Amino acid sequence: MSVKYETVIGLEVHLQLATNTKAFCGCSTKFGSRPNSQVCPVCLGFPGSLPVLNEEAFRFAIKTALALNCRIQELIKFDRKNYYYPDLPKNFQISQYDMPLSYNGFVDIAAADGRRKRIKIKRVHMEEDAGKLIHPKGENYSLVDYNRGGMPLLEIVTEPDMNSPQEAYDYLTKLKSILEYLKVSDCDMEKGSLRCDANISIRPEGEKKLGTKVELKNMNSFKGVKAGLEYEVKRQVSVLEDKGKLIQETRLWDAEKGVTASMRTKEEAEDYRYFPEPDLVPFVVDKNEIEKIRETLPELPEAKAGRFQKEFGLSDYDAGVLTSQIDLADYFEECTKLYPDAKAAANWLMGDIMAAVNARNININELGLAPAALVGLLKMVDSGSISGTMAKEVLAEAIETRSNPEDIVKKNGLAQISDKGSIEEIVKNVLQKETKSVNDYKGGKKTALGFLVGQVMKASKGKANPVMVNEILKKSLGE
Amino acid sequence: MISYIKMKTIDDKTVKHVAHLARLELSDKELKLYSAQLASILSYISKLNEIDTANVPPTSHALTTLKNVFRKDILRKSLETDEAIKNAPASEGDFFKVPQIIESTDRVQDEGK
Repeated sequence: MSVKYETVIGLEVHLQLATNTKAFCGCSTKFGSRPNSQVCPVCLGFPGSLPVLNEEAFRFAIKTALALNCRIQELIKFDRKNYYYPDLPKNFQISQYDMPLSYNGFVDIAAADGRRKRIKIKRVHMEEDAGKLIHPKGENYSLVDYNRGGMPLLEIVTEPDMNSPQEAYDYLTKLKSILEYLKVSDCDMEKGSLRCDANISIRPEGEKKLGTKVELKNMNSFKGVKAGLEYEVKRQVSVLEDKGKLIQETRLWDAEKGVTASMRTKEEAEDYRYFPEPDLVPFVVDKNEIEKIRETLPELPEAKAGRFQKEFGLSDYDAGVLTSQIDLADYFEECTKLYPDAKAAANWLMGDIMAAVNARNININELGLAPAALVGLLKMVDSGSISGTMAKEVLAEAIETRSNPEDIVKKNGLAQISDKGSIEEIVKNVLQKETKSVNDYKGGKKTALGFLVGQVMKASKGKANPVMVNEILKKSLGE
Repeated sequence: MISYIKMKTIDDKTVKHVAHLARLELSDKELKLYSAQLASILSYISKLNEIDTANVPPTSHALTTLKNVFRKDILRKSLETDEAIKNAPASEGDFFKVPQIIESTDRVQDEGK
Protein backbone atom coordinates (compact mmCIF):
# COMPACT_ATOMS: atom_id res chain seq x y z
CA MET A 1 0.00 0.00 0.00
CA SER A 2 1.45 3.31 -0.94
CA VAL A 3 1.32 6.22 1.47
CA LYS A 4 0.50 9.68 0.21
CA TYR A 5 2.85 12.37 1.43
CA GLU A 6 2.33 16.01 2.17
CA THR A 7 5.14 18.46 1.46
CA VAL A 8 5.94 21.17 4.01
CA ILE A 9 8.09 24.13 2.98
CA GLY A 10 9.30 27.23 4.78
CA LEU A 11 11.42 29.90 3.11
CA GLU A 12 14.09 32.28 4.28
CA VAL A 13 14.83 35.26 2.08
CA HIS A 14 17.81 37.55 2.50
CA LEU A 15 17.31 40.95 0.97
CA GLN A 16 19.95 43.61 0.48
CA LEU A 17 18.48 47.02 1.23
CA ALA A 18 19.11 49.69 -1.41
CA THR A 19 20.72 52.27 0.84
CA ASN A 20 23.70 54.38 -0.20
CA THR A 21 25.82 53.19 2.69
CA LYS A 22 26.29 50.07 4.76
CA ALA A 23 24.24 49.13 7.82
CA PHE A 24 26.61 50.42 10.47
CA CYS A 25 29.19 52.58 8.67
CA GLY A 26 29.44 55.11 5.84
CA CYS A 27 31.03 52.77 3.26
CA SER A 28 29.38 52.56 -0.15
CA THR A 29 27.10 49.64 -1.05
CA LYS A 30 27.94 49.88 -4.77
CA PHE A 31 28.16 46.50 -6.49
CA GLY A 32 31.18 45.37 -8.50
CA SER A 33 33.81 47.80 -7.23
CA ARG A 34 37.49 47.05 -6.75
CA PRO A 35 37.88 44.43 -3.99
CA ASN A 36 38.30 45.85 -0.48
CA SER A 37 37.79 49.43 -1.67
CA GLN A 38 34.54 49.92 0.27
CA VAL A 39 35.78 49.03 3.73
CA CYS A 40 36.60 50.95 6.89
CA PRO A 41 37.58 50.24 10.50
CA VAL A 42 33.92 49.55 11.41
CA CYS A 43 33.09 46.97 8.74
CA LEU A 44 36.54 45.42 9.02
CA GLY A 45 35.98 45.02 12.75
CA PHE A 46 39.06 46.95 13.82
CA PRO A 47 39.45 47.33 17.58
CA GLY A 48 37.86 50.43 19.03
CA SER A 49 35.50 51.11 16.14
CA LEU A 50 31.81 51.61 16.84
CA PRO A 51 28.87 50.66 14.63
CA VAL A 52 26.05 53.20 14.25
CA LEU A 53 22.79 52.15 12.61
CA ASN A 54 21.88 53.62 9.22
CA GLU A 55 18.59 55.45 9.68
CA GLU A 56 17.47 54.80 6.10
CA ALA A 57 18.11 51.06 6.41
CA PHE A 58 16.01 51.02 9.57
CA ARG A 59 13.20 52.93 7.83
CA PHE A 60 13.31 50.56 4.84
CA ALA A 61 13.13 47.64 7.25
CA ILE A 62 10.08 49.02 9.09
CA LYS A 63 8.42 49.88 5.79
CA THR A 64 8.94 46.34 4.48
CA ALA A 65 7.73 44.80 7.72
CA LEU A 66 4.55 46.89 7.55
CA ALA A 67 3.94 45.99 3.91
CA LEU A 68 4.23 42.33 4.94
CA ASN A 69 1.61 42.94 7.63
CA CYS A 70 4.04 42.40 10.48
CA ARG A 71 3.86 43.75 14.01
CA ILE A 72 6.73 46.00 14.97
CA GLN A 73 8.61 44.99 18.10
CA GLU A 74 8.23 47.45 20.94
CA LEU A 75 11.88 47.28 21.88
CA ILE A 76 14.24 46.38 19.05
CA LYS A 77 17.72 45.24 19.91
CA PHE A 78 20.61 43.76 18.02
CA ASP A 79 22.57 40.68 18.98
CA ARG A 80 25.89 39.17 18.12
CA LYS A 81 25.77 35.85 16.31
CA ASN A 82 29.14 34.28 16.95
CA TYR A 83 30.89 31.98 14.52
CA TYR A 84 34.31 31.67 13.04
CA TYR A 85 34.47 31.94 9.31
CA PRO A 86 36.77 34.25 7.35
CA ASP A 87 33.90 36.04 5.60
CA LEU A 88 33.21 37.69 8.98
CA PRO A 89 36.05 39.98 10.02
CA LYS A 90 34.69 40.36 13.56
CA ASN A 91 34.00 36.63 14.09
CA PHE A 92 30.43 37.57 14.77
CA GLN A 93 27.60 38.91 12.70
CA ILE A 94 25.40 41.71 13.98
CA SER A 95 21.94 40.20 13.72
CA GLN A 96 18.79 39.94 15.78
CA TYR A 97 17.89 37.02 17.97
CA ASP A 98 15.05 37.12 20.47
CA MET A 99 13.66 40.58 19.81
CA PRO A 100 13.58 40.93 16.04
CA LEU A 101 12.42 44.09 14.33
CA SER A 102 9.04 42.59 13.49
CA TYR A 103 7.00 39.39 13.56
CA ASN A 104 3.62 37.79 12.80
CA GLY A 105 2.98 39.01 9.27
CA PHE A 106 1.57 37.40 6.16
CA VAL A 107 1.56 37.39 2.38
CA ASP A 108 -1.43 36.16 0.40
CA ILE A 109 -0.80 34.14 -2.74
CA ALA A 110 -3.16 32.67 -5.32
CA ALA A 111 -3.37 28.95 -4.55
CA ALA A 112 -3.73 26.23 -7.18
CA ASP A 113 -7.53 26.18 -6.87
CA GLY A 114 -7.64 29.91 -7.57
CA ARG A 115 -8.43 30.85 -3.98
CA ARG A 116 -6.12 32.93 -1.87
CA LYS A 117 -3.75 31.20 0.47
CA ARG A 118 -2.18 33.00 3.39
CA ILE A 119 1.53 32.40 3.99
CA LYS A 120 2.44 33.52 7.49
CA ILE A 121 5.61 35.53 8.02
CA LYS A 122 7.29 34.47 11.23
CA ARG A 123 9.74 37.35 11.46
CA VAL A 124 11.51 40.06 9.52
CA HIS A 125 14.76 41.13 11.06
CA MET A 126 17.82 43.20 10.22
CA GLU A 127 21.37 41.96 10.03
CA GLU A 128 24.62 42.68 8.24
CA ASP A 129 25.94 40.80 5.23
CA ALA A 130 29.22 38.87 5.23
CA GLY A 131 32.17 39.35 2.90
CA LYS A 132 32.80 37.34 -0.24
CA LEU A 133 35.20 34.41 -0.33
CA ILE A 134 37.00 33.33 -3.46
CA HIS A 135 38.60 29.90 -3.56
CA PRO A 136 41.34 29.77 -6.21
CA LYS A 137 41.29 26.34 -7.85
CA GLY A 138 43.93 23.92 -6.65
CA GLU A 139 45.21 26.23 -3.90
CA ASN A 140 45.00 25.72 -0.16
CA TYR A 141 44.01 29.28 0.60
CA SER A 142 41.08 31.61 0.06
CA LEU A 143 40.84 35.28 -0.84
CA VAL A 144 38.45 37.63 0.92
CA ASP A 145 36.73 40.76 -0.35
CA TYR A 146 34.93 42.62 2.46
CA ASN A 147 33.10 45.11 0.21
CA ARG A 148 29.87 43.19 0.86
CA GLY A 149 30.58 42.84 4.56
CA GLY A 150 28.31 45.04 6.64
CA MET A 151 25.75 45.69 3.89
CA PRO A 152 22.25 46.02 5.34
CA LEU A 153 20.18 42.85 5.01
CA LEU A 154 16.65 41.94 5.87
CA GLU A 155 15.92 38.35 6.67
CA ILE A 156 12.33 37.43 5.90
CA VAL A 157 11.30 34.08 7.38
CA THR A 158 8.00 32.33 6.72
CA GLU A 159 6.22 29.71 8.77
CA PRO A 160 6.24 26.26 7.13
CA ASP A 161 3.02 27.13 5.33
CA MET A 162 3.76 26.13 1.75
CA ASN A 163 2.74 22.67 0.58
CA SER A 164 4.28 22.46 -2.87
CA PRO A 165 7.27 23.79 -4.79
CA GLN A 166 4.77 25.77 -6.89
CA GLU A 167 3.45 27.53 -3.79
CA ALA A 168 7.01 28.37 -2.79
CA TYR A 169 7.53 29.84 -6.26
CA ASP A 170 4.27 31.80 -6.05
CA TYR A 171 5.20 33.16 -2.64
CA LEU A 172 8.60 34.31 -3.86
CA THR A 173 7.10 35.96 -6.93
CA LYS A 174 4.56 37.79 -4.79
CA LEU A 175 7.15 38.78 -2.20
CA LYS A 176 9.48 40.14 -4.88
CA SER A 177 6.62 42.05 -6.45
CA ILE A 178 5.83 43.73 -3.10
CA LEU A 179 9.51 44.49 -2.47
CA GLU A 180 9.84 46.09 -5.89
CA TYR A 181 6.79 48.26 -5.22
CA LEU A 182 8.41 49.40 -1.98
CA LYS A 183 11.65 50.24 -3.81
CA VAL A 184 13.66 49.07 -0.81
CA SER A 185 15.93 46.79 -2.83
CA ASP A 186 16.87 46.16 -6.44
CA CYS A 187 15.89 42.50 -5.82
CA ASP A 188 18.52 41.35 -8.32
CA MET A 189 19.21 37.67 -7.72
CA GLU A 190 22.15 37.66 -10.09
CA LYS A 191 23.91 40.28 -8.00
CA GLY A 192 22.87 38.46 -4.84
CA SER A 193 20.59 41.29 -3.64
CA LEU A 194 17.90 38.68 -3.08
CA ARG A 195 18.80 35.17 -1.91
CA CYS A 196 16.58 32.32 -0.87
CA ASP A 197 17.07 29.24 1.29
CA ALA A 198 14.37 26.66 1.90
CA ASN A 199 13.43 24.21 4.61
CA ILE A 200 11.59 21.21 3.29
CA SER A 201 10.18 18.06 4.83
CA ILE A 202 7.50 15.54 3.98
CA ARG A 203 5.03 13.68 6.18
CA PRO A 204 2.30 11.13 5.58
CA GLU A 205 -0.95 12.92 4.77
CA GLY A 206 -2.94 13.58 7.93
CA GLU A 207 0.13 13.40 10.16
CA LYS A 208 0.43 16.39 12.47
CA LYS A 209 4.08 16.07 13.40
CA LEU A 210 6.57 17.60 10.97
CA GLY A 211 8.96 15.27 9.20
CA THR A 212 12.75 15.51 9.25
CA LYS A 213 13.68 18.77 7.61
CA VAL A 214 16.34 19.42 5.04
CA GLU A 215 17.78 22.88 4.58
CA LEU A 216 18.22 23.61 0.90
CA LYS A 217 20.72 26.21 -0.28
CA ASN A 218 22.47 27.51 -3.36
CA MET A 219 19.46 28.30 -5.49
CA ASN A 220 20.19 31.28 -7.72
CA SER A 221 16.77 31.86 -9.24
CA PHE A 222 13.12 31.31 -8.36
CA LYS A 223 13.02 28.59 -11.00
CA GLY A 224 16.02 27.05 -9.26
CA VAL A 225 14.15 27.12 -5.94
CA LYS A 226 11.22 25.34 -7.52
CA ALA A 227 13.37 22.77 -9.31
CA GLY A 228 15.47 22.12 -6.19
CA LEU A 229 12.35 21.62 -4.06
CA GLU A 230 10.77 19.34 -6.68
CA TYR A 231 13.89 17.21 -6.66
CA GLU A 232 13.91 17.12 -2.85
CA VAL A 233 10.26 16.00 -2.65
CA LYS A 234 11.01 13.08 -4.98
CA ARG A 235 14.20 12.19 -3.15
CA GLN A 236 12.60 12.27 0.28
CA VAL A 237 9.59 10.21 -0.83
CA SER A 238 11.84 7.58 -2.36
CA VAL A 239 13.99 7.38 0.78
CA LEU A 240 10.89 6.76 2.91
CA GLU A 241 9.41 4.30 0.41
CA ASP A 242 12.64 2.31 0.49
CA LYS A 243 12.15 2.11 4.24
CA GLY A 244 15.12 4.45 4.67
CA LYS A 245 15.49 7.19 7.22
CA LEU A 246 15.82 10.90 6.39
CA ILE A 247 18.49 12.85 8.18
CA GLN A 248 18.41 16.49 9.14
CA GLU A 249 21.04 18.11 6.96
CA THR A 250 21.90 20.95 4.63
CA ARG A 251 21.86 20.12 0.94
CA LEU A 252 23.06 22.19 -1.98
CA TRP A 253 21.14 22.48 -5.24
CA ASP A 254 23.28 21.79 -8.29
CA ALA A 255 21.44 23.52 -11.12
CA GLU A 256 23.62 21.98 -13.82
CA LYS A 257 23.19 18.38 -12.74
CA GLY A 258 19.65 18.98 -11.50
CA VAL A 259 20.26 17.28 -8.15
CA THR A 260 20.75 18.19 -4.50
CA ALA A 261 23.81 16.93 -2.66
CA SER A 262 24.47 16.71 1.05
CA MET A 263 26.80 19.34 2.43
CA ARG A 264 28.04 16.95 5.08
CA THR A 265 25.96 16.21 8.13
CA LYS A 266 26.10 18.53 11.07
CA GLU A 267 27.64 16.56 13.88
CA GLU A 268 26.64 19.00 16.56
CA ALA A 269 23.85 21.44 16.97
CA GLU A 270 24.57 25.01 15.90
CA ASP A 271 25.71 27.09 18.83
CA TYR A 272 26.01 30.74 17.93
CA ARG A 273 26.18 31.95 21.54
CA TYR A 274 23.97 34.95 20.80
CA PHE A 275 24.21 37.82 23.19
CA PRO A 276 23.08 41.47 23.05
CA GLU A 277 25.29 43.69 20.89
CA PRO A 278 26.61 46.11 23.50
CA ASP A 279 27.79 48.63 20.89
CA LEU A 280 24.27 49.34 19.63
CA VAL A 281 21.70 50.80 21.95
CA PRO A 282 18.09 49.59 21.71
CA PHE A 283 15.56 51.10 19.33
CA VAL A 284 12.03 52.07 20.19
CA VAL A 285 9.66 53.24 17.49
CA ASP A 286 6.57 54.90 18.89
CA LYS A 287 3.15 54.31 17.38
CA ASN A 288 2.98 57.72 15.72
CA GLU A 289 6.23 57.12 13.93
CA ILE A 290 5.07 53.71 12.77
CA GLU A 291 1.88 55.28 11.41
CA LYS A 292 3.92 57.95 9.65
CA ILE A 293 5.97 55.29 7.90
CA ARG A 294 2.81 53.32 7.12
CA GLU A 295 1.48 56.39 5.31
CA THR A 296 4.48 56.31 2.99
CA LEU A 297 3.58 52.80 1.80
CA PRO A 298 2.72 52.86 -1.89
CA GLU A 299 -0.37 51.22 -3.33
CA LEU A 300 0.62 47.54 -3.20
CA PRO A 301 0.06 44.95 -5.96
CA GLU A 302 -3.25 43.61 -4.66
CA ALA A 303 -4.81 47.03 -4.13
CA LYS A 304 -3.59 48.15 -7.56
CA ALA A 305 -5.02 45.03 -9.22
CA GLY A 306 -8.37 45.70 -7.57
CA ARG A 307 -8.33 49.27 -8.80
CA PHE A 308 -7.35 48.23 -12.34
CA GLN A 309 -10.32 45.88 -12.45
CA LYS A 310 -12.70 48.55 -11.28
CA GLU A 311 -11.28 51.50 -13.21
CA PHE A 312 -10.41 49.82 -16.51
CA GLY A 313 -12.73 46.82 -16.55
CA LEU A 314 -9.83 44.35 -16.65
CA SER A 315 -10.29 40.72 -15.72
CA ASP A 316 -8.89 39.39 -12.45
CA TYR A 317 -6.18 37.58 -14.39
CA ASP A 318 -5.16 40.56 -16.56
CA ALA A 319 -5.06 42.89 -13.57
CA GLY A 320 -2.92 40.35 -11.73
CA VAL A 321 -0.40 40.08 -14.56
CA LEU A 322 -0.18 43.83 -15.15
CA THR A 323 0.36 44.59 -11.47
CA SER A 324 2.88 41.79 -10.87
CA GLN A 325 5.69 44.21 -11.68
CA ILE A 326 5.61 47.84 -10.65
CA ASP A 327 7.25 49.00 -13.89
CA LEU A 328 4.71 47.16 -15.99
CA ALA A 329 1.83 48.54 -13.92
CA ASP A 330 3.18 52.09 -14.25
CA TYR A 331 3.70 51.64 -18.00
CA PHE A 332 0.14 50.41 -18.42
CA GLU A 333 -1.28 53.26 -16.41
CA GLU A 334 0.69 55.77 -18.48
CA CYS A 335 -0.85 54.26 -21.63
CA THR A 336 -4.36 54.61 -20.22
CA LYS A 337 -3.77 58.32 -19.71
CA LEU A 338 -3.05 58.72 -23.43
CA TYR A 339 -5.48 56.20 -24.84
CA PRO A 340 -9.08 55.36 -23.99
CA ASP A 341 -9.17 51.63 -24.81
CA ALA A 342 -7.42 50.21 -21.72
CA LYS A 343 -8.30 46.65 -22.63
CA ALA A 344 -6.56 46.95 -26.03
CA ALA A 345 -3.50 48.46 -24.40
CA ALA A 346 -3.50 45.62 -21.84
CA ASN A 347 -3.69 43.00 -24.58
CA TRP A 348 -0.77 44.46 -26.49
CA LEU A 349 1.27 44.77 -23.32
CA MET A 350 0.59 41.22 -22.16
CA GLY A 351 1.09 39.83 -25.63
CA ASP A 352 3.83 40.97 -27.98
CA ILE A 353 5.44 43.45 -25.60
CA MET A 354 5.85 41.13 -22.62
CA ALA A 355 7.09 38.44 -25.00
CA ALA A 356 9.78 40.83 -26.24
CA VAL A 357 10.66 41.90 -22.69
CA ASN A 358 10.92 38.31 -21.45
CA ALA A 359 12.90 37.14 -24.48
CA ARG A 360 15.47 39.84 -23.77
CA ASN A 361 15.34 39.30 -20.02
CA ILE A 362 15.01 43.03 -19.43
CA ASN A 363 12.70 45.49 -17.77
CA ILE A 364 9.91 47.11 -19.83
CA ASN A 365 11.56 50.51 -19.42
CA GLU A 366 14.70 49.17 -21.08
CA LEU A 367 12.77 48.19 -24.19
CA GLY A 368 13.09 51.66 -25.71
CA LEU A 369 9.38 51.93 -26.46
CA ALA A 370 7.71 54.75 -24.59
CA PRO A 371 4.02 54.40 -23.65
CA ALA A 372 3.29 57.27 -26.08
CA ALA A 373 4.93 55.32 -28.91
CA LEU A 374 2.81 52.24 -28.20
CA VAL A 375 -0.29 54.41 -28.05
CA GLY A 376 0.68 55.94 -31.41
CA LEU A 377 0.71 52.46 -32.89
CA LEU A 378 -2.68 51.57 -31.43
CA LYS A 379 -4.17 54.78 -32.81
CA MET A 380 -2.90 53.93 -36.30
CA VAL A 381 -4.71 50.59 -36.07
CA ASP A 382 -7.90 52.29 -34.88
CA SER A 383 -7.90 54.81 -37.71
CA GLY A 384 -7.40 52.00 -40.22
CA SER A 385 -4.11 53.37 -41.48
CA ILE A 386 -2.46 50.03 -40.69
CA SER A 387 -3.93 46.58 -40.12
CA GLY A 388 -3.57 44.62 -36.89
CA THR A 389 -1.20 42.18 -38.58
CA MET A 390 0.91 45.00 -39.90
CA ALA A 391 0.95 46.60 -36.46
CA LYS A 392 2.57 43.47 -35.06
CA GLU A 393 5.31 43.69 -37.67
CA VAL A 394 5.80 47.40 -37.08
CA LEU A 395 5.99 46.80 -33.34
CA ALA A 396 8.62 44.08 -33.80
CA GLU A 397 10.69 46.41 -35.97
CA ALA A 398 10.23 49.33 -33.55
CA ILE A 399 11.58 47.19 -30.71
CA GLU A 400 14.37 45.72 -32.83
CA THR A 401 15.60 49.06 -34.15
CA ARG A 402 14.53 51.08 -31.08
CA SER A 403 12.59 53.51 -33.22
CA ASN A 404 9.15 55.07 -33.21
CA PRO A 405 6.37 52.98 -34.81
CA GLU A 406 4.90 56.02 -36.59
CA ASP A 407 8.28 56.78 -38.16
CA ILE A 408 8.57 53.20 -39.38
CA VAL A 409 5.15 53.34 -41.00
CA LYS A 410 5.99 56.65 -42.68
CA LYS A 411 9.48 55.66 -43.77
CA ASN A 412 8.43 52.35 -45.31
CA GLY A 413 5.18 53.71 -46.74
CA LEU A 414 3.29 51.05 -44.85
CA ALA A 415 0.17 53.07 -44.25
CA GLN A 416 -2.86 51.27 -45.56
CA ILE A 417 -4.94 52.69 -48.35
CA SER A 418 -8.26 53.26 -46.66
CA ASP A 419 -9.39 55.83 -49.16
CA LYS A 420 -12.51 54.53 -50.88
CA GLY A 421 -11.84 56.20 -54.22
CA SER A 422 -8.33 54.81 -54.52
CA ILE A 423 -9.42 51.27 -53.73
CA GLU A 424 -12.34 51.49 -56.19
CA GLU A 425 -9.88 52.55 -58.85
CA ILE A 426 -7.63 49.53 -58.22
CA VAL A 427 -10.63 47.18 -58.10
CA LYS A 428 -11.85 48.51 -61.43
CA ASN A 429 -8.49 47.84 -63.09
CA VAL A 430 -8.26 44.31 -61.65
CA LEU A 431 -11.79 43.40 -62.75
CA GLN A 432 -11.04 44.58 -66.29
CA LYS A 433 -7.96 42.34 -66.43
CA GLU A 434 -9.34 39.24 -64.72
CA THR A 435 -12.44 38.63 -66.82
CA LYS A 436 -12.18 34.84 -66.42
CA SER A 437 -12.36 34.97 -62.64
CA VAL A 438 -15.13 37.53 -62.80
CA ASN A 439 -17.17 35.16 -64.99
CA ASP A 440 -16.33 32.21 -62.73
CA TYR A 441 -17.58 34.15 -59.72
CA LYS A 442 -20.75 35.24 -61.44
CA GLY A 443 -21.26 31.67 -62.60
CA GLY A 444 -21.37 30.55 -58.98
CA LYS A 445 -17.73 29.76 -58.20
CA LYS A 446 -17.49 31.80 -55.00
CA THR A 447 -13.84 30.87 -54.39
CA ALA A 448 -12.91 33.15 -57.28
CA LEU A 449 -13.46 36.07 -54.90
CA GLY A 450 -10.40 35.11 -52.89
CA PHE A 451 -8.28 35.21 -56.02
CA LEU A 452 -9.62 38.63 -56.94
CA VAL A 453 -8.96 39.98 -53.44
CA GLY A 454 -5.41 38.68 -53.80
CA GLN A 455 -4.99 40.47 -57.11
CA VAL A 456 -6.24 43.77 -55.66
CA MET A 457 -3.89 43.43 -52.69
CA LYS A 458 -1.04 42.69 -55.05
CA ALA A 459 -1.87 45.68 -57.25
CA SER A 460 -1.89 47.89 -54.12
CA LYS A 461 1.41 46.39 -52.98
CA GLY A 462 -0.37 45.00 -49.96
CA LYS A 463 -1.44 48.38 -48.70
CA ALA A 464 -5.15 48.34 -49.44
CA ASN A 465 -7.36 47.93 -46.39
CA PRO A 466 -8.46 44.29 -46.83
CA VAL A 467 -11.87 44.79 -45.24
CA MET A 468 -12.64 47.60 -47.66
CA VAL A 469 -11.28 45.62 -50.61
CA ASN A 470 -13.70 42.80 -49.80
CA GLU A 471 -16.65 45.13 -49.55
CA ILE A 472 -15.88 47.09 -52.69
CA LEU A 473 -15.18 43.95 -54.71
CA LYS A 474 -18.46 42.33 -53.70
CA LYS A 475 -20.33 45.50 -54.52
CA SER A 476 -18.65 45.86 -57.91
CA LEU A 477 -19.46 42.23 -58.70
CA GLY A 478 -23.09 43.04 -58.17
CA GLU A 479 -23.89 41.71 -54.73
CA MET B 1 21.81 27.75 23.54
CA ILE B 2 23.30 26.82 26.86
CA SER B 3 22.32 29.07 29.69
CA TYR B 4 25.61 29.55 31.45
CA ILE B 5 24.17 31.74 34.17
CA LYS B 6 21.84 29.08 35.51
CA MET B 7 24.65 26.56 35.83
CA LYS B 8 26.11 26.31 39.24
CA THR B 9 29.13 24.42 37.99
CA ILE B 10 30.64 23.81 34.61
CA ASP B 11 32.04 20.48 33.52
CA ASP B 12 35.07 19.71 31.35
CA LYS B 13 32.87 18.74 28.45
CA THR B 14 31.24 22.17 28.29
CA VAL B 15 34.55 23.97 28.60
CA LYS B 16 35.93 21.82 25.80
CA HIS B 17 32.93 22.66 23.64
CA VAL B 18 33.18 26.39 24.28
CA ALA B 19 36.91 26.27 23.65
CA HIS B 20 36.27 24.58 20.32
CA LEU B 21 33.71 27.22 19.36
CA ALA B 22 36.28 29.90 20.17
CA ARG B 23 38.94 27.96 18.26
CA LEU B 24 41.09 27.56 21.38
CA GLU B 25 43.20 24.48 21.84
CA LEU B 26 43.46 23.53 25.50
CA SER B 27 45.81 21.00 27.06
CA ASP B 28 44.34 18.66 29.68
CA LYS B 29 46.02 20.71 32.36
CA GLU B 30 44.55 23.96 31.03
CA LEU B 31 41.16 22.33 30.71
CA LYS B 32 41.18 21.39 34.40
CA LEU B 33 42.43 24.84 35.41
CA TYR B 34 39.88 26.78 33.38
CA SER B 35 37.02 24.50 34.33
CA ALA B 36 37.70 25.16 37.97
CA GLN B 37 38.10 28.92 37.46
CA LEU B 38 34.97 29.19 35.32
CA ALA B 39 33.01 27.13 37.81
CA SER B 40 34.03 29.50 40.54
CA ILE B 41 33.04 32.56 38.49
CA LEU B 42 29.71 31.01 37.59
CA SER B 43 28.88 30.09 41.12
CA TYR B 44 29.71 33.64 42.17
CA ILE B 45 27.45 35.08 39.50
CA SER B 46 24.69 32.62 40.28
CA LYS B 47 24.12 34.58 43.43
CA LEU B 48 22.06 36.86 41.18
CA ASN B 49 19.53 34.07 40.86
CA GLU B 50 18.52 34.69 44.44
CA ILE B 51 16.91 37.98 43.43
CA ASP B 52 13.27 37.91 42.39
CA THR B 53 13.25 39.45 38.89
CA ALA B 54 9.72 38.46 37.95
CA ASN B 55 8.67 42.08 37.47
CA VAL B 56 11.95 43.45 36.14
CA PRO B 57 12.25 43.88 32.38
CA PRO B 58 15.32 42.17 30.88
CA THR B 59 18.30 44.48 30.88
CA SER B 60 20.05 44.09 27.57
CA HIS B 61 22.19 47.20 27.82
CA ALA B 62 24.03 49.03 30.54
CA LEU B 63 22.81 52.45 29.38
CA THR B 64 19.09 52.23 29.87
CA THR B 65 18.33 55.82 28.98
CA LEU B 66 20.11 55.88 25.67
CA LYS B 67 18.13 54.67 22.68
CA ASN B 68 17.53 55.28 18.95
CA VAL B 69 21.03 56.35 17.97
CA PHE B 70 21.13 56.68 14.20
CA ARG B 71 23.45 57.76 11.46
CA LYS B 72 22.26 59.49 8.25
CA ASP B 73 22.66 57.44 5.08
CA ILE B 74 25.54 59.59 3.88
CA LEU B 75 28.64 58.26 2.18
CA ARG B 76 31.93 58.58 4.01
CA LYS B 77 35.34 57.96 2.62
CA SER B 78 36.43 54.35 2.89
CA LEU B 79 39.99 53.18 3.38
CA GLU B 80 42.11 52.79 0.27
CA THR B 81 42.45 49.13 -0.68
CA ASP B 82 46.18 49.13 0.01
CA GLU B 83 45.60 50.80 3.34
CA ALA B 84 42.90 48.31 4.26
CA ILE B 85 45.01 45.21 3.65
CA LYS B 86 48.30 46.69 4.82
CA ASN B 87 48.19 45.11 8.29
CA ALA B 88 46.83 41.75 7.19
CA PRO B 89 49.15 38.82 7.95
CA ALA B 90 48.74 37.74 4.33
CA SER B 91 47.31 39.29 1.20
CA GLU B 92 47.25 38.73 -2.53
CA GLY B 93 46.45 41.48 -5.00
CA ASP B 94 43.49 43.41 -3.62
CA PHE B 95 42.44 40.58 -1.32
CA PHE B 96 42.99 39.40 2.21
CA LYS B 97 44.47 35.95 2.08
CA VAL B 98 43.33 33.31 4.57
CA PRO B 99 43.85 29.57 5.00
CA GLN B 100 41.20 27.66 3.15
CA ILE B 101 38.43 26.57 5.46
CA ILE B 102 37.15 23.12 4.70
CA GLU B 103 33.42 23.24 5.30
CA SER B 104 33.30 22.51 8.98
CA THR B 105 30.42 21.60 11.21
CA ASP B 106 30.01 25.17 12.32
CA ARG B 107 28.51 27.05 9.54
CA VAL B 108 28.80 27.72 5.91
CA GLN B 109 27.79 31.18 4.97
CA ASP B 110 25.44 31.55 2.06
CA GLU B 111 27.99 32.83 -0.32
CA GLY B 112 25.82 34.37 -3.00
CA LYS B 113 28.12 33.95 -5.97
